[in-house]
Amino acid sequence: MKITLDADKCCAAGQCVLIAPEVFDQRDEDGVVVLLDAAPPAAQHDAVREAAAICPATVIEVHA
Amino acid sequence: MTARPIAVVGASAAGLAAAETLRRSGWRGPLTLIGEESHLPYDRPPLSKQLLHGAWEPEKLRLRTEEQLAPLDLDLRLGTRATGLDVATRTLTLDGTERLACAGIVIATGVAARTLPGADRLTGVHTLRTLDDALALRDRLINGGTPASEGVAGGGGPRQLVIVGNGVLGCEAAAVARELGHEVTVVGIEETPMAAAVGTDVGTLLAEEHRARGVRLLTGAVDGFDSTPADPADGSGPQVTAVRLADGGTPGSRLPADTVLVAIGSRPAVDWLTDPALDTTDGLRCDAYCAAAPGIYAAGDVARWNHPAHGRPLRFEHRMNATEQGMAAARNLLAELAADGPTGTEDGTPAQERRPFAPVPYFWSDQYDLKIQAYGLTAGADRVETPVRDRAGRRILALYGREGRAVGVLAAGLPPRQIRALRAVVADPLPWEEARERIAAATAAG
Repeated sequence: MKITLDADKCCAAGQCVLIAPEVFDQRDEDGVVVLLDAAPPAAQHDAVREAAAICPATVIEVHA
Repeated sequence: MTARPIAVVGASAAGLAAAETLRRSGWRGPLTLIGEESHLPYDRPPLSKQLLHGAWEPEKLRLRTEEQLAPLDLDLRLGTRATGLDVATRTLTLDGTERLACAGIVIATGVAARTLPGADRLTGVHTLRTLDDALALRDRLINGGTPASEGVAGGGGPRQLVIVGNGVLGCEAAAVARELGHEVTVVGIEETPMAAAVGTDVGTLLAEEHRARGVRLLTGAVDGFDSTPADPADGSGPQVTAVRLADGGTPGSRLPADTVLVAIGSRPAVDWLTDPALDTTDGLRCDAYCAAAPGIYAAGDVARWNHPAHGRPLRFEHRMNATEQGMAAARNLLAELAADGPTGTEDGTPAQERRPFAPVPYFWSDQYDLKIQAYGLTAGADRVETPVRDRAGRRILALYGREGRAVGVLAAGLPPRQIRALRAVVADPLPWEEARERIAAATAAG
């Protein structure tokens, strides 16, 4: 799995960090998403897919 | 006999989430996604923000490209309107004539903008719900004749914009229009802008921000519009010239306007659901599983369902809820179909139990450089406390209570870690005092 972000669209909802805190974080100053792990291990894949689906600004794209 | 499809009615965020979840959860049968608008599914929150501002183009709002939709193997019916539903046979009527008998249905038709009598025949009067609405208003604000340059209104100078309605949408649009350099008046029936959504304390603070930016805020009811006569010579229709207030006769009772945005809320799109088996009072009434009837589920802005944690029917017009409820309704529909017998999911996927839908509601609003975020319920509170209210520092923290319990929290200008921590406080309504203490602890550290 490989993750890419369109962080320019991020609305700082923070849902990705709640769902997959080992993969996503937020910048302190404005809450915009930070990718901690662009190729996370298999144990994280379900959470990452959930985060991508839930993100209210469709920032997270998951590639197979 | 051809296998019956699952039909998802509504091709915006909730409908798309439902369709994707149906596939991800194992539905192999036909899947029809019906959308009234002709556009591929797109995102609505930026309509009143980045799109209206001109910072983003419509392509950036697209929720999925055609390539991303292809694996869903959809029967995608855009520009198609569902006009009827027979609940007992799960049969949709499309565009008044075509019948589509379904295995199951997810209704995600959203809401439609409310308007005022006479508004639709006047040039210059707009609503803001769809992409086409937003582009028409933007054209008026940005490309009104001559190209706009950075920070300067195009079209030969600033517009006189009157926004009717002082809720969240009207205030977001006011912020954008001010940033584009237009004269902006907001007139609405709430004493304090956005008070119905966020309470008077937070609303007052936001109102101060709007006034400081030069927005004129008025309280009052609107009675109608003044306009120029139609010009039969060139076929142009009447053009709005003023908004009339209901307290006629007083000097300020006419607000001159060349552009009007009517932002007075919305109506759930349930007019087509006339089957008496359905309750369509303020949305399509559903149980805790998002089911409106056997095999018929609803999601997103249109759905009014029994929220288990709050113990009463609720309906949200929030972007996050659209996705979460679309997913939940799809899973629960599949679980019901699996329990009822052979279905299109017979590929060894274990049948799931239906689960009550119990989200922690979330919404955000961007106005100028303020980002407001809220978890839980901020509308309908019977008490509100504002432990942080620092306008200069653009920091707000408010706690909302109802019947002795804390049900919602709203913040702006706090570090993301603190805002995330607030969610846990209102995930299940706690006794008010306990929630206050937890809020204080969550926001104590820098």
